[in-house]
Amino acid sequence: MTAETAPAPQQDRPAAGDQGAGSGGTLKGRLQQFLAFGSLVVICVFFAIADPIFLSYGNITSILFATVVIGTLALGATFVIITGGIDLSVGTGMALCAVVSGVLITNMGLPIVVGVLGTLVFGALIGFVNGLNIAVLGLPPFIATLAMMLVAGGLALVISGSAPIYFDSTAYTDISTGSIIPGADFPNAVLIMAAVAVVAGVALSRTVLGRYTYAIGSNEEATALSGVNVRKWKIVIYTLAGLFIGLAGVLISARLGSAQPATGMGYELQAIAAVVIGGTSLSGGKGSIVGTVIGALIISVLNNGLQVLAVPQEWQNVILGTVIVVAVYADRARKRAAA
Amino acid sequence: MDATSQDTSDAPRGGAGERTLLSVEGVTKSFPGVRALDGMRLDLRHGEALALVGENGAGKSTLMKLLTGIHTPDTGSFFLDGEPLHVTGPRHAREQGIGIIHQEFNLMPDLTVAQNIFIGREPRKAGFMLDHRALNSRAQELIDRLALPLDPRRTVASLTVAQQQMVEIAKALSHDPRVLIMDEPTAALNDAEVRTLHQLIRRFLRPETGVVYISHRMEELTSLCDRVTVIRDGRYVETLRTDQVSTQEVIARMVGRELDAKAGPQNVRQDRETLLSVSGLSTKALLDDVTFELREGEILGFAGLMGAGRTEVARALVGADPVTSGTVTLRGRRLRITNPAHAARHGIGYLSEDRKQLGLLVEDGVDTNMALSSLKERFTSFGFVRDRAIRSRAEELVAALRIRTPSVGQTVKNLSGGNQQKVVIAKWLVKECDVLIFDEPTRGIDVGAKEEIYRLLNELAQQGKSLIVISSELPEVLRMAHRVLVMAEGRVTGELAAHEATQEQVMHYATLRPGAPTAPAAAHDSTRPRIPEAGK
Repeated sequence: MTAETAPAPQQDRPAAGDQGAGSGGTLKGRLQQFLAFGSLVVICVFFAIADPIFLSYGNITSILFATVVIGTLALGATFVIITGGIDLSVGTGMALCAVVSGVLITNMGLPIVVGVLGTLVFGALIGFVNGLNIAVLGLPPFIATLAMMLVAGGLALVISGSAPIYFDSTAYTDISTGSIIPGADFPNAVLIMAAVAVVAGVALSRTVLGRYTYAIGSNEEATALSGVNVRKWKIVIYTLAGLFIGLAGVLISARLGSAQPATGMGYELQAIAAVVIGGTSLSGGKGSIVGTVIGALIISVLNNGLQVLAVPQEWQNVILGTVIVVAVYADRARKRAAA
Repeated sequence: MDATSQDTSDAPRGGAGERTLLSVEGVTKSFPGVRALDGMRLDLRHGEALALVGENGAGKSTLMKLLTGIHTPDTGSFFLDGEPLHVTGPRHAREQGIGIIHQEFNLMPDLTVAQNIFIGREPRKAGFMLDHRALNSRAQELIDRLALPLDPRRTVASLTVAQQQMVEIAKALSHDPRVLIMDEPTAALNDAEVRTLHQLIRRFLRPETGVVYISHRMEELTSLCDRVTVIRDGRYVETLRTDQVSTQEVIARMVGRELDAKAGPQNVRQDRETLLSVSGLSTKALLDDVTFELREGEILGFAGLMGAGRTEVARALVGADPVTSGTVTLRGRRLRITNPAHAARHGIGYLSEDRKQLGLLVEDGVDTNMALSSLKERFTSFGFVRDRAIRSRAEELVAALRIRTPSVGQTVKNLSGGNQQKVVIAKWLVKECDVLIFDEPTRGIDVGAKEEIYRLLNELAQQGKSLIVISSELPEVLRMAHRVLVMAEGRVTGELAAHEATQEQVMHYATLRPGAPTAPAAAHDSTRPRIPEAGK
């Protein structure tokens, strides 16, 4: 058996786009995204007809702005969920990271660049500990990250003394609210999330890390017996998800101008909802970044549109819950039909 | 059911009547794109065990699905005792007296034996309270009647595969079926366990009952069944008397061509260098001082009864299970292997007995599976995966190993067992491993494809790869290997040159008690040979 020959040019498949090995860049995978994208369009058209204000530039940017935090958390969660795991610590972890950012920048007076990098590293550390607990101690991901959710939520209150930490410098808040595009009034946070989503999409579909993410979710034991160091890669993947937690912490605190230690709870479930609506399977092995971005957009479009229509706040969650059921059921029905 | 304990004789012959118990007439069933069954016929007589053989994809499982009412036939009909039989679902099938034991167990591992047997019809007190005492005593009654070595209170997870198989059988027989259909019941059993199973089947056979016995292990058929029905490509081929036909003739009808019987190993020159030596390998659970050497280009067979520790040796060797002591030396260099990734890096690949659970990503493509073990070192540049390189390498291997797949992107679960096994082999060839450990390489693979796997393994050895082959099918080990190690209860109890080894000798060593002095290979006292010599 020789090592390798030149690729056969006539056998080219079209580029796999944002699909990874799991969904194989197949027609099926694309159809899923088309479905999710289609429902996003339908929802938008509905709101646009109900109230034309929905389509205004101001409203669209505010929808995108509202997607940033959930979207960033959901990007990291996509990797974890494709491995067949779950990360419940992203919400309070984000609050803790915001507090850490406040401590580094406001309390300790460190330069913003240092503070932001420190926060990202701290987020990665949260994920690293999750990874150790899961891959080395062998705890189920649900338990390990549930514990981290409590620990992070508690630490956020302890470190901040249960009081918000304010940022005085506009240079920090500009990370989220400023606009690097002159005169467009388009929030930087959206651009950051878009850039990060592209990186995450490439990482998931085109790199070794991505392939192993799908392989572990598809069949962890077979992957290990194939000679892949599954423990190491799980730690890497949870650490990566932690990096996203850190970034979300920076983005949310920059947007609010303060670190709110008690606000994280609940974001983890919204992030998971976005991932699931985007067609990623909770049992692992399948999913995509494009799907997650669409899922996150669907959630914020719904929230926004219902506000525009003056639907009472209480009803919005009822509708969101219903949408999750419909989205996941439609996905399953489609898979059953395809099988 | 009541008559089972006072069974008449151990012999299946003579008791079989001429009347038809179950008959299948002209059954056709099509699925989109495939005609799974085409004018299928079959007749099962009263009191007989009828063998049903055919390659994978010949239509056996479709026939079973029709008989359990999971699908309905397009045309044709079934008759039970001359009466038309219309089955609407698995439960209805049971009520009609048709019991089916599927190849893959339908047991709940965390429930007890008794709970599994009576699942869905638990004895109750006061209408809704479970009556545990009645449950266990009824299970015990059944187990006694069938003379099974089972404890109704044990959880199924704690049982061996053979015992789990017995639970399946007890469950099926508790419904008092008239026709029992068994799909590859011995795929995971060793020879001694197969004999126990056959005794059980003979006890079940009475003038008013019958068994359809589906198997890939040709040697078994003659000992259990009088007649064998051969099907191919969804069509009935022929029904033959097992005492008038040779195994080779049956196989030829199954595959529609003659097979080359002789694919045995060429001798390895004794001057070949020792590649791998394992010394004093022990684990907490089972293994005790396992020592052996493997030469370049050699096929080393591991024989032994179920639970003897053959798979455990493989898993310990590649670091999948922790070891308490022992050294592994590859080309004179001592290795410390603590996980399969280490082993793979040193060129030692393990091909598990459980392809679907441990060998493949069944939902992924042929190319993805082949690239998995060597993604990082062969198919990436700067961390990015080179899909085109993967694809072209996969295409080469599909051609070289004659893997039948429409494309390299094909989802592996859609391939036949033999082709799936080849994908696993290809995965390790991509890795360029020197030592390949095959655990039950032909389990669940039909006869024609088995021959191809044998030939492939032989070719690999010719190319200088060193192979360890673990198999519960003795004829397979004797035929494939240059040298055979026999294990019993976690120890190596004997070593034989394969071309001289007989099944009796192997069985002698396989049944040695640990600690007992190693007797010479004479072994007149050991288990009677039940299986005819391989390839005759």
